[in-house]
Amino acid sequence: MRNRLQLKYLPLRFPSLFPLILLLVAVTVNAILQPNLLELRVMNGNLRSFLPLMLVAVGQTLVIIGAGIDLSIGAIVSLVTAVLVTNLLPDSPPLVIIGVVALACAAGMAAGALNGFGVAVLRLPPIVTTYATGFIFSGLALWILPRPGGSMPEQLARLYRRVTPLNIPLGIWIALILILLWALFRHTRYGSYLIATGGKPEAAYATAVPVNAVRFGSYVAAGLFAALGALVLTLGTGSGDPRIGVGITTTGGMTLDSIVAVVLGGTRLSGGQGGVAGSILGVIILGLIRNIISFADVPSWNQTLVDATIIIVALAAPGLIGWIRDRRRRALPPKEMVQEVAG
Amino acid sequence: MRDGFRLSPTLLAVLLAAGLFFLGGIIRPGFVNPSQAINIVRLAAFLGIIAAGQTLVIISGGEGIDLSIGAVVTLAAILTYRINAGQNEMVLPALAAALAAGAAVGFVNGIGVAALRVPPLVMTLGMAGVVQGLILSYTQGNMVGSTAPIMSQYISRPLVLGIPGVVFIWLILALLMWLLLERSRYGKHLFAIGVNRTTARLSGVHVPLMVILTYTLSGLLAAFGGFILLGFTGVVFLNLGGPYLFPSVAAVVVGGTAISGGKGSYSGTMAGALVLTLITSLLTAMQMEDAFRQIILGVTLLVLISLYGRQRGLRQ
Repeated sequence: MRNRLQLKYLPLRFPSLFPLILLLVAVTVNAILQPNLLELRVMNGNLRSFLPLMLVAVGQTLVIIGAGIDLSIGAIVSLVTAVLVTNLLPDSPPLVIIGVVALACAAGMAAGALNGFGVAVLRLPPIVTTYATGFIFSGLALWILPRPGGSMPEQLARLYRRVTPLNIPLGIWIALILILLWALFRHTRYGSYLIATGGKPEAAYATAVPVNAVRFGSYVAAGLFAALGALVLTLGTGSGDPRIGVGITTTGGMTLDSIVAVVLGGTRLSGGQGGVAGSILGVIILGLIRNIISFADVPSWNQTLVDATIIIVALAAPGLIGWIRDRRRRALPPKEMVQEVAG
Repeated sequence: MRDGFRLSPTLLAVLLAAGLFFLGGIIRPGFVNPSQAINIVRLAAFLGIIAAGQTLVIISGGEGIDLSIGAVVTLAAILTYRINAGQNEMVLPALAAALAAGAAVGFVNGIGVAALRVPPLVMTLGMAGVVQGLILSYTQGNMVGSTAPIMSQYISRPLVLGIPGVVFIWLILALLMWLLLERSRYGKHLFAIGVNRTTARLSGVHVPLMVILTYTLSGLLAAFGGFILLGFTGVVFLNLGGPYLFPSVAAVVVGGTAISGGKGSYSGTMAGALVLTLITSLLTAMQMEDAFRQIILGVTLLVLISLYGRQRGLRQ
């Protein structure tokens, strides 16, 4: 009995366990198809291309743990991208760069504040609120930057592309810093507030947790992370596209990818549980799946189907395992239960 | 509610639609005339039919939402387009195939949500990707086929008194939806699981079965919407249904259906579809830049949601 209980609670105690297994599988398959995968240069390039989504997914994780959701996060990335590339030149001096980056972060946080206002102050449902604000942000992005273009400071972009401190890819450094920050934050009072707010808002409110302030804060933080994601995205590409964060549909692209990454990482959409490490693993898994598909010579017309099917299976796998176990248990009532009834 | 008096969301949305229509007349003289009104109702009918399944899924609660609707609309239209190949006698087989495909997608959604406990948002989103992938590998980018003449004749052209057939189809669907929601056991159980799944289960409702049935119906209705939409566009393309996905959610919410489930009506969704169509038509008529159009649409949606989408405060 004890053993079974432990197995049942394993995913709850270590939410990153399942994504870790998925990651191992993905890395193995990828390394077979692409033997130079683990070389520093290739790894640096891969992780750098995952980095924008990683930052966005961290922001999305904070909102989701607080039992919200941010469908506008991709549009915030677009908006911040537009702000960055229209204010920077290839040879901008460092002070200007710092100023513009600060402005971009402020823009992201202001966008997040609008979401927070709608959800926490006006008490509107998060899905529709952030869907509506997403329109506002992508409209603003199009207004600031009507067509793809603009530029980023060349030296900074070159530094960003090349730097590998201690021969470890930049992506790993940033991921480790994010995980460390989350581990520290979680154990502060505000970390507990966030988890309590997402878990049971009424109970949190009754125990003097400032529920609305916490919700508001989580959206502002998501805006900030979206802005940082936009920064590394534009540093990587060197110019800006006002639709870069949203894809074809208003909430496609990075918004949906970030939500899928969060769920793959073991954070529940119902809130009150989860962590940043899982989401980062989720982003890497998503990226590796796409890598595998392009290296496996899947015909281009079938790539979307393969990609989506793998993601669905990965999303459903924990449920599938649980369902099979439930069935088996129901078919054969455990001995302990029979004894309990008899006793 | 504390105040006692409160407009029903449906009535409010209808009043809003009428107000918007006349506002259009003020902003742009010539906007208010019978043919424009018919045109708007016709455009709203497509959104309204596509949003019918979304209404059921959202009422069913448990964070219920169907994001695969856009892809299913496209799939149904492409299947119809290819199977009927311009022949009137092939319209019914094509419709049957499209409905079966839509129902199958909805069934998988239902299994994922009810049996495998995948959150509806990501399950249906993932299925949207799978369906889009199916479309790509099935068509390989070639849109072969054509629309049967009978389809555009009965759907988008004026049928009686200048009113196009799709409006009558919409009204018949509305009657069926009303019977389903208000006069059937399914409807009673749907509202029950939307309010509280545990109490519903304890009162003898088979919750997983209801959830699977609801998502299947949603897929079926989205496929029907795709079939109808094809009668209007006459051609298919890869992102035919995409632009209807989030408006379908917005129409349901603007129509006063609670996103948390257990409360709502299809008449509300119909009014919501009218309001959304009017807003977009107005913005188009004003020939605004895309950027401003999006900003205004976002602001209007926020205002509409705050009119009656507000949740209870924690203090209450």
